[in-house]
Parts: sequence; C-alpha cells; structure tokens
Amino acid sequence: MEAKVEIVQPSWVEEQLLLGMNWRDYFKSNLTPFNAVMAIILAIGIPVMVYRIFFGLGPSTNLSDYNPWGLWIGFDMLAGISVASGGFCIATAVHIMGMKEYESMVRPALVAGTLGYLFAVIGLLFDLGRYYRVYFPFFVSPGPNSILFLVALSVALYLHCQFFEWCPAIFEWLNLRKLRRWWIKGTLGFSIAGLLLTTGHQSALGSLFLLMPSKVHPLWYSDYLSILFYVSAIYGGITMVIIESMISHRVFADQLHGDDPGRFDRLTLGLGKAAAVVLFAYLGLKVLDLAHGYKWSYLATPYGYWYLFEVLGFVGIPALVMIYAVQNSRPVMVRGAAIAAAVGVLLNRVDITIVAFNWHLPWEYRYVPSWMEVVITITIISIGLLTFRFIVNRMPILHEHPNFEPEHL
Amino acid sequence: MDTSRRQFMKAVAGLGLSATLGGAGIARADTHELPGLPNQFGVLVDTTVCIGCRRCEWACKEWNKLPNQMDLKEYQKDQNVFQAFRRTSADTYTVVNRFENPRDPSKPIYVKKQCMHCYEPACASSCFVQAFTKRQIGAVTYNPAVCVGCRYCMAACPFEIPAYQYYNPWTPQVTKCTFCFDRISTDGGVPACVAICPVETMTFGKRTDLIDLAHKKIRDNPGRYVNHLYGENEVGGTSWMYLSAVPFNKIGFRTDLGTTPIPTLSKAFLSVASPMYIVFPALAVGLYTFAKRRESVCKDEITEALKKKEGK
Repeated sequence: MEAKVEIVQPSWVEEQLLLGMNWRDYFKSNLTPFNAVMAIILAIGIPVMVYRIFFGLGPSTNLSDYNPWGLWIGFDMLAGISVASGGFCIATAVHIMGMKEYESMVRPALVAGTLGYLFAVIGLLFDLGRYYRVYFPFFVSPGPNSILFLVALSVALYLHCQFFEWCPAIFEWLNLRKLRRWWIKGTLGFSIAGLLLTTGHQSALGSLFLLMPSKVHPLWYSDYLSILFYVSAIYGGITMVIIESMISHRVFADQLHGDDPGRFDRLTLGLGKAAAVVLFAYLGLKVLDLAHGYKWSYLATPYGYWYLFEVLGFVGIPALVMIYAVQNSRPVMVRGAAIAAAVGVLLNRVDITIVAFNWHLPWEYRYVPSWMEVVITITIISIGLLTFRFIVNRMPILHEHPNFEPEHL
Repeated sequence: MDTSRRQFMKAVAGLGLSATLGGAGIARADTHELPGLPNQFGVLVDTTVCIGCRRCEWACKEWNKLPNQMDLKEYQKDQNVFQAFRRTSADTYTVVNRFENPRDPSKPIYVKKQCMHCYEPACASSCFVQAFTKRQIGAVTYNPAVCVGCRYCMAACPFEIPAYQYYNPWTPQVTKCTFCFDRISTDGGVPACVAICPVETMTFGKRTDLIDLAHKKIRDNPGRYVNHLYGENEVGGTSWMYLSAVPFNKIGFRTDLGTTPIPTLSKAFLSVASPMYIVFPALAVGLYTFAKRRESVCKDEITEALKKKEGK
C-alpha cells in the first residue's frame, strides 16, 4: 500500500498573520514575560479608557478651568509628535538628498513615525471633549486664523502621507506587484510633501504657545518657539531612529538576515554626526533666545535651575558627548547620547505645557496628572509598541523582501 | 451681514489656501488698522462703589439658566464664598471677589469678574472651528454647535475666563459670559448684571463714551482713583473696563499683560507659514537635483578614469 503523504498547505491567515504557525502554536509562542506585562497594562488601561468615555474628563482627569491642557496634550501629543519625526528625517535624507546608504532605515523609521502620529492622535481623541467632532475643523467650520488649524490640517495630511510612503511594504506583504510598481513612482512626491507638512506642523506646535505670553514662564516662552520646536523635532527624530534601530537589532535580530554589524555601527555614527550638528544649532538658538529676550536674570531662580537642568543636561551634555563619540567612532556612546537627547525633547514639551505653564499661579491651582491620565498614556504607548511588533514581524520592514527589487529612485 | 460674509470667506479660505488668507484675516483685524467698532458697547465697573451683594451673580445665573439653588435673599446673605478667591466656572459666568483695602482695612474692595470681551479676543484667534465671534456691538459670543472641545481658548485667554463642563461626558461645552448678547441686541437692553445692581457699580454704554466718562471721573475726583482705566489698552483694549482706588495688581488684576492684542503674537508665524509651502518644494527639488547631478558626474568621472587606464 502506498503511504499517504499529506502535505499541509498553510492557509493565508496562518501564512501571513500567524507567522506560518497554526492558532495553537501561535498562541503558545506568545506566552512570554513581555506579553504578560502588556496584558496587565491592557487589563487595567482599557477599562480606564472606557471609564473616561462614559464618565467624562472631570472624574478621570485632574484637568481644571485653570489647566485645560495636561498630560495627554503635553506628552502624548506634543512630545509624541516631536520624536515621531524620524520618518521625515530619514526619508528626506535618502529620497531628497540622495544619502542612499541609509535606505535600510527608511522603512522602520516610517512605520515608527506613522504609528507615533497615529497614537498621538488617538491620545488627543481622549483629551477632546467632543472627540466625535474631530473632523469639524476641516469639513464643518474651518478656522484658518488659528495656529491649531494649521497643526490639525498638516498632522492629518502628514499621517496619510507617511502611510502612503509605507504602502510599498504593505503591497509587498500582500504580493501586489503592479500596484507597488506604480505606487513607488510617487516616493519623491510623498517625501517632499512630508518635508513640507512636517516643517509646517512641528513649528506650528511650538507656535501654539505664542498666544500665552502671560502664562508660560519667560524662559520657555520665546519669539523663536516655532523654530525651536522645529529644530528640536529634527534631532528628536534622528535620535529616535538611532534608538529604534538599536532596539530593533536586539529584539528583531531574526529579521535582519545577514546584516553586517560594522555597517550598522557606521550608520549609527553618521546619524550621530547629524544629531550633534542639530543639537548644537538648537543650543545656539537657546542662547540667542536668552540674550535676545534679556532673560539671564531668570536663571538664578528655581525655574532657572530647572531650565538649566533641561538645557544643559539634555541638550548641552548630549551634544558634547555625541560629537566626542562621533570623532572617536564610539557607536555605543552615540546611542547613550541619543537616549539623553530624545528624553530632553520629551522633557521640553512637558515643561512647556505643564511645568512652565501657569507658573504665576499658587501651587494649589497647578496641575499634576491623575493616575487615570497616566494609565491611559501608558496604555496607548503599549498598544503602539504591540502594533509596531505585529507589523515588523510580518511585513518587509527591517529587511528587503526576497521577491522584490529594492525601491530605488 | 458683514460678519457672515467674512465668515464665509474664511470658510472658503480654510478649504484651500488656509494659511495665506488666514494670515491676511488677522492682519485685517489688527487694532492699529481697524477704524474700530464704533457701535461697540462696553461696561465701566467702578470698584470703589461695589458693596459685594452678589446680586449680579444671581441675576446672571437666572438669565443664563445656570444652576441656581437659592433665592436672591439667601444668595446675598452667603458671605462665606468670599473666604477664597473664586474664578469663573462651568456654572458661573461671573463672580465677585473680596480684597483687603490697603487704604482702609475696614472697607474691603469687591471686584466683579467676567469675560472682558476683548477688542481682539485671544479665544477667537485660538479657535480652529471659529466658535467665537466678536460682534459689532462688542460681545464675544461662543457657538457650542461647532466646538470640538480642544480647550485652546481656555489656555489662550489672558484673563482666565472660559471654563469647561468637565463633568458632562457626552456634550461638554466651553462656558463664558455672553455680555447678555440677546439682551443688548435689543433697543435699550442692558446686561442682567448691570440691570440688577442696586448701587450702580456698572455703567453700560458706548465704549467710547465710557472711556470719556472714566477719565472725567478720575479728573473730577482727585485722590479717589488711581490714574489707570483697566481695559482701555490692556491686550489691545476690552469692552469691560475698571476703575480702582488702589493699584490693580492689589485687587486680582494682572498688570503685566501689555497692550499688544494677543492675536498679533501669532501673526508673524502665520505670515511665514504660507510662503513656506511655496518655497520648500522648490528647495527640495533643488536638493534632489544636486544629489542626482553629483551622482551622474561621479559616474562619468569613474568611466573616464577607467577608459584612461585601459588606454595606457
């Protein structure tokens, strides 16, 4: 009798979504400590999100009439957007300036950027009193006199733009050859649009505070807010790419078939060099701002010490360390400085929206986030991380797809 | 009328060249270029007259149908509220605060607080759905039908007036004094708070007349007032203005706001934001072309060098 040879052909779902496993194996493969932590966060966070929706901002947040903006605007939105600009930085360098050696970093930066923006907007939805009207500025009652209108419009457009830039990877995953070939022709256009929209909204985010000279501490309020936000978003983006690639190289090592560690270090040093230049430019702007606004005397106050902690600790020192590390080819040191600089951008955004905001008010009227605000922020970041992992494990993001030619312009 | 046409223009602008026309809109609204709103109403508050009876608070709540638990007599008697400094909130469009009188401790100073109805309102320039309108007659009104609830207006207001219905989970609104727009739009109508005041602390009238009146009062009563009409020039001028016997920073006013209208502060940025959308694509194409050219020159040089080598 002939032996019955059964060839089990994995279904599309198993192939593309379950990483070639069946449901049982896929479930088992997900029983990891990291996922356990994530599960706990979601188990606490999702009910809190539901609570926010059903009971409103009052019971769930510490926002008040004096403090209309809190953690969700300061951290989720402003800080999140400022370090999610990595996709724009790398896409501009590679597709517009022709720095082809960074090609392999475009896709991870774009995916991280798109998700960064997407989850920043999701965080914003929790903050909006009537989130279901989020399209009103565009379709119902546009208020183009407002800087927030510029922010909303260009963030919304850029979210799409970044997604379009990422589309070729999705088409490769779904094996849509013709569509991909046709789509790639738009790469330069998308990159230029991305450059424009990013410049527009990163600077506009800073300019939001131009209307509040009587509320934001003079050390943080500046005529240069637009350019300060833009420049810090650039080094925020570059340093985040350094950090992302460092983490990806550890966590997703199996995705990087035959990657040369020497090449990876060279790219890190190159990015470090760019970050150092931008960090020094930012530092120069900060000094100019102090001098131009006669703000020196504020430095010898408690707010001044905090300002110096932010500017020296998270801009000045990282800039010096970065330039030293680049000169002496120390990629590990570049990564360390990158972490400090990226934290510095986050700190700056939180400082301007929370620490330096309402500095004239007595302490009892100041804002400290509620635990539910913190939980929702952590939950949104966690869902973002899980989404990033889901995508990187399935689509050709960290490596080139074996069946497709690389997308050169 | 005029307002609706401007709104229509802005709406059209919003769909297309938002930043371009938006910048122009703000320039047009600049105080220095405006002939002014000649029919703008205002209120002159003389803080040396107020007795702190809080009838204005009560009348405001009644007229605007805000939660008002007590009848007028009970409301007046409640003096405990003066223990702490109060601000406007979701259920209260106006509050009266008590301050110590540095000249005569036996006579505390009472100061009514409500929306100042700025000449150039920060709230209106902050709003990305144009929920706020500066009316010809002076009132700054709010339209809840378009409000998304971003609360930028609250952050932008230098007088800390707009409040939010944080405890309304589904349809929260920003709340603030309306200048009783419905009342003052009719002939002879005055705001509810002004109408109920028993001691004529407030004078309602044309803003220009009120400025004359205020300066006359200061001139005619030497020693009674400090020589400062609060609201005449603050942040470009407000419809509500105050007279005081003591420096304004002693009775809860900010005297560091300056005279620049808040919307002017965003003008410089908005005016460069639009040209940027034209200049940057050109710069980007330039950069791209340089990079491409460098690449092709490089290739040519390599081929030539190889040819030379072979030729030898």
